Amino acid sequence: MPESPTPKKRPHHLGAWVLIAAVPAACALAFGYVGGWLAPQRLTPKRLVDQFEANAGVHPGYRRNHAKGVCVAGYFQSSGQAAPYSMAQVFAPGQRTPVVGRFAIPGSNPYAPDSSVPIRSMALRFTQTNGQQWRTGMNSMPVFPVATPQAFYEQLQAQQPDPATGKPDPKKVAAFFAAHPETAAFRAWAKTAKPSASFATESYWSLDAFVFTGPDGQRHAVRWRMVPQSADDDGAAPTDADYLATDLRQRLSHGPLRWKLVVTLANPGDPTDDATRAWPTDRPTVDAGTLVVESEQAQDSGPCRDINYDPTVLPNGIAPSDDPLLPARSAAYADSYLRRTSEEAHLPGTASMPAKAQPEARQ
Amino acid sequence: MKDTTGLFALPARVLHWLMAAMILAMLFIGVGMVASVSERHAWLLRIHKPLGIAILLLAVVRLAVRLHYPPPPLPADLPMPQKLAAHASHWLLYALMIAMPLVGWAMLSAGGYPVMLGDSLRLPAIFPANPIAFAVLRHLHTWLAMLLFLTVLAHMAAALYHGLIRRDGVLASMVGRRRGA
Ligand code: HEM
Ligand code: HEM
Ligand code: HEM
Repeated sequence: MPESPTPKKRPHHLGAWVLIAAVPAACALAFGYVGGWLAPQRLTPKRLVDQFEANAGVHPGYRRNHAKGVCVAGYFQSSGQAAPYSMAQVFAPGQRTPVVGRFAIPGSNPYAPDSSVPIRSMALRFTQTNGQQWRTGMNSMPVFPVATPQAFYEQLQAQQPDPATGKPDPKKVAAFFAAHPETAAFRAWAKTAKPSASFATESYWSLDAFVFTGPDGQRHAVRWRMVPQSADDDGAAPTDADYLATDLRQRLSHGPLRWKLVVTLANPGDPTDDATRAWPTDRPTVDAGTLVVESEQAQDSGPCRDINYDPTVLPNGIAPSDDPLLPARSAAYADSYLRRTSEEAHLPGTASMPAKAQPEARQ
Repeated sequence: MKDTTGLFALPARVLHWLMAAMILAMLFIGVGMVASVSERHAWLLRIHKPLGIAILLLAVVRLAVRLHYPPPPLPADLPMPQKLAAHASHWLLYALMIAMPLVGWAMLSAGGYPVMLGDSLRLPAIFPANPIAFAVLRHLHTWLAMLLFLTVLAHMAAALYHGLIRRDGVLASMVGRRRGA
């Protein structure tokens, strides 16, 4: 590049050089802002997932939330009754769709005892014959504590263990709940909820709302839940920290486990953007079919390990609603998925994986 | 076809400016969507995939146009290092505008995702599902995007340098005004 000439001789050149530098610089600044590097106060997927790690440490290769779980496989047998409301192939009459799923407990510690939380989760990936997929992650509670990603983030922050005690600071947790009255319904549920002895006896709710589109082009706001067809056992007291996996293995050795997929149709005006508010119980429901779980496999080696159960991966006929949790889940799950697959790949700069997740090594 | 106007052929110019807008938009959409947890994440991702595949298709057309209509020569008095930089950066831009969408498509395939371009349009997988390949390709998508962005910035600065300092007709040859006009 020629030296910048003196401004006296060719004054127009100074302005030109400024422009040549300023245009790319302005672009770079805009890029930095849009990409969040210059907007440190914005809630990003990275900050959400960092907070999970701050709360429970980094467990390489594991999901950053719902870290402890087990893979299952089976199929979904459609009843055809949801077909008028959604044109998704999975709901066609008589259709059988293969499913790879995962049962888990919430929390970022893959070694947490099963009794540590009263919530269980079910994640499913349906693979339609046309190659489209339906992925869903559901929790065993009728409402979610918060309605927005920001509130979820604040809740995680409030629950971050105090380094002194190793436990969340009850004052911070109380302050969070006081500032978030929308958590009341969840807290009322949690007060009476007990950690179940089995994955098989739980109902699992979508919590977020979705939109079905029927073959007639009609749109229907829906939520769904999986209703268990298994009864409680005699309630023999669980013996170890991993009783859920043991129970699942025992039950499956006697035969498949079943759930009914019950879809609730909203009335106009029912909230679709607020997972803290259940819809009135008189809303019409549709029995869409039966989920049949036939086999289980440890998550370290099972087919669910490398699946990101992003709830916005949907087939034609099911779409996300305006629920603000859905895009946040999609973004955060992608970030968590990239971290754990990068650890599996031993990429430089990632936490190293234990040679094999051994039960003896548990904390 | 021998060029006598000193301009890029019309199809080359149209493709250049159309794709310049698309590629810059894609870079901003990309970094914007992965830094957002709001509805923006969802709708930007819905644009990102079909727009990226459109860039791939246009890039192939553009390569063909480039081979069919040789570009006007750079000014004879341009120093050799600058000529080399110009040619190298143009081929780098071509390589990246083809690699970026292919890596995006391959990484979704490796992640086991259905590659959906809309509600029902699904592209086939171009890579077997494999978490290690996914992680590598997903990081590659980011790093190649950063390289593309830096190259575009340098390219922009160089174009302005030709247009404002050297005034040698290079910018005009892509804008479409004849030399000396
Ligand atoms: C903004 C709110 C939320 C955030 C940030 C969040 C975050 C996460 C993350 C990071 C994971 C791990 C993903 C992976 O590595 O594959 C996860 C898993 C999961 N989440 Fe959420 N989540 C949110 C809301 C919800 C809601 C509303 C539900 C229930 C309907 C839910 C149910 C699940 C389930 C079932 C899993 C386990 C999926 C599996 O087994 O792979 N989450 N969550
Ligand atoms: C010229 C073409 C393309 C450009 C310039 C581009 C650019 C980008 C950029 C800058 C990012 C953000 C990376 C980061 O900050 O980590 C990104 C992410 C992404 N791109 Fe592309 N991309 C292109 C094509 C494609 C195509 C064709 C697909 C898929 C069919 C695709 C799928 C994705 C996905 C899924 C993400 C990440 C989403 C997430 O992790 O949440 N891209 N892209
Ligand atoms: C927005 C600002 C831009 C300006 C002012 C600009 C300007 C120019 C000019 C003046 C040329 C002609 C150079 C010559 O004669 O050798 C050119 C060529 C070229 N530009 Fe750009 N450009 C811009 C953006 C982009 C972007 C975003 C890309 C794609 C990534 C791009 C890719 C190319 C390529 C590959 C060539 C070589 C000629 C061809 O085969 O089309 N440009 N540009």
